[in-house]
Amino acid sequence: MVTGVGTAARHQVDFRIRAGRLLARTSLYMVLSLGAFLFLVPFVWMVSTALKEAGDVMKFPPEWIPQPVLWGNFVEAFTQDYAPFGIFFKNTIVITATAVFGQLLSASLVGFSFARLRWWGRDYLFLVVLATMMLPYQVTLVPVFVLMKVLGWIDSFLPLIVPFYLGGGAFYIFLFRQFMMTIPLELDDAARIDGCGTLWLYARIILPLSGPALATAAIFSFLAHWNDFIGPLIYLNSVSNYTLSLGLRILQGYGGYGIQRWNLLMAASLFVMLPVLLLFFFAQKYFIQGIVTYGVKG
Amino acid sequence: MHKGKLWRRIRPHAAGWLCASPWILGFLVFTLGPMIWSIYYSLTEYPLIRPPVWVGLDNYRFMLQEDKFFFNSLRVTTLYAIVAVPLHLVMGFLMALMLNQKIRYIALWRTVYFLPSVVSGVAVALLWQWIFNSDFGLANWLLGLVGIDGPSWLLSPTWALPALIIMSLWGVGGSMVIFIAGLQGVPQALYEAAEIDGSNAVQRFWHVTVPMVSPVILFNLIIGLIAALQTFTQAFIMTAGGPKQSTHFFMLHLYNNAFQWLKMGYASALAWVLFAYILIATLFVIRSSSLWVFYEGEIKGR
Repeated sequence: MVTGVGTAARHQVDFRIRAGRLLARTSLYMVLSLGAFLFLVPFVWMVSTALKEAGDVMKFPPEWIPQPVLWGNFVEAFTQDYAPFGIFFKNTIVITATAVFGQLLSASLVGFSFARLRWWGRDYLFLVVLATMMLPYQVTLVPVFVLMKVLGWIDSFLPLIVPFYLGGGAFYIFLFRQFMMTIPLELDDAARIDGCGTLWLYARIILPLSGPALATAAIFSFLAHWNDFIGPLIYLNSVSNYTLSLGLRILQGYGGYGIQRWNLLMAASLFVMLPVLLLFFFAQKYFIQGIVTYGVKG
Repeated sequence: MHKGKLWRRIRPHAAGWLCASPWILGFLVFTLGPMIWSIYYSLTEYPLIRPPVWVGLDNYRFMLQEDKFFFNSLRVTTLYAIVAVPLHLVMGFLMALMLNQKIRYIALWRTVYFLPSVVSGVAVALLWQWIFNSDFGLANWLLGLVGIDGPSWLLSPTWALPALIIMSLWGVGGSMVIFIAGLQGVPQALYEAAEIDGSNAVQRFWHVTVPMVSPVILFNLIIGLIAALQTFTQAFIMTAGGPKQSTHFFMLHLYNNAFQWLKMGYASALAWVLFAYILIATLFVIRSSSLWVFYEGEIKGR
């Protein structure tokens, strides 16, 4: 039997625990909200600036809702004669699309070779693949530049595209290999009995089953080429060949110190970010999968 | 007939090599070959318009004795890495702990924190340059709300590097996601067992969570370190190394030597120093990890 006093004491303890939990919950939500505010406010700030009149940008404290809302900033950012963003956009799309395609094609084929075929030297070469992951790109930067110069490829898109058709980089090969190893081996045997050749096996059986790996690789490859800065910076000279990253830099350079036209710069930057953000909202799953494959299984 | 038999034996190997050949070719042409050339260039003076001239170890001597910017760029890069990388780990881990609880709209919270880490490059650098504008920027407006008169950030030799570190924390969502995956891999039974043994939440955190997630901490540490030591775009766009060389990162120095002053030989020597630095730092972290990283297999193996 529980005495009356005991019950009251227990209620009190119960209440304390519950109050403690409530307090912990509330402070958790408060910390999360504050953090979310700090993580999102730069985006809001960017959009707000991008839609302001030049005069309203330099107001302090800032006005968050632009008066009037100036969509024309996007048009103006696009129609500068010193920074033709239409051309930059086209160039970036051409480079990104061709490079992503080559990277997926060649990394998946090489990954297939490492995951599904048995051949002399395979495991040693795979160690070499992993070792190149550790090699910083700076070590080969200068000689590759010299090579491109000898080939006469400077100021063309080729240095930003061709290397990705040759293997596509260790990270992507690794990603495809890891995924393709999880596909049951019986499929290969069955295909072989049906008289399937190696390339047929790759193109008709393994690749179609590697959808998630393709999606993840496509996203990371897209991000890398879309945002690439040092590659275009080194290899592209004429403005008509510039990418969006270099275009932003011209726009920045024209402002000079102090009279930077931040509304135009933010409009252009937002435009460059937008495809990435859209992609993120539609394919968040694959973003996370890619990072986790690299981080936990790696 | 003999040829046919031999071919049948060789064929699967040939197919394997053939499928891997794009990478093998790429490795030879764009990695191994350039590495060897890079060693050679680092021992020459090579202004690009004239062929390389052998100078032996002179580039390395120049680096240590005469290059005014070399040690400063090492110092800036090291300082950035030493502050930014641990901050990333702690913040990423804390955020992962919070977002691994049972809370409402968990997917939405995670998206919010993850989102900034997917954008990168020049656009982000410009955004943060504007945020850190000393007169009209967001940073000083926020500080003003809590009564702090903000510094002049990118224009101040003291505050430019901290500004770049704060900016880098905006992208902490990537390591947070890896930490969440790590936390979800910790078997629930361990927590239950620890609770039965009478441990409190703090003890469970230090004796269950931290050891079980330590391999993930190691991974994030190494990846973060390598990335930090190669920092380039932000510094190039936002400060161009200034003010007073306070953000003159190693990679900026390398870029200037190679592509501004066309000192290809010297830039190659710098690249090898960077490589050695990254390698030594990584090996040091890995060696030290035997003291603090816990692998489940070690106990299972006993």
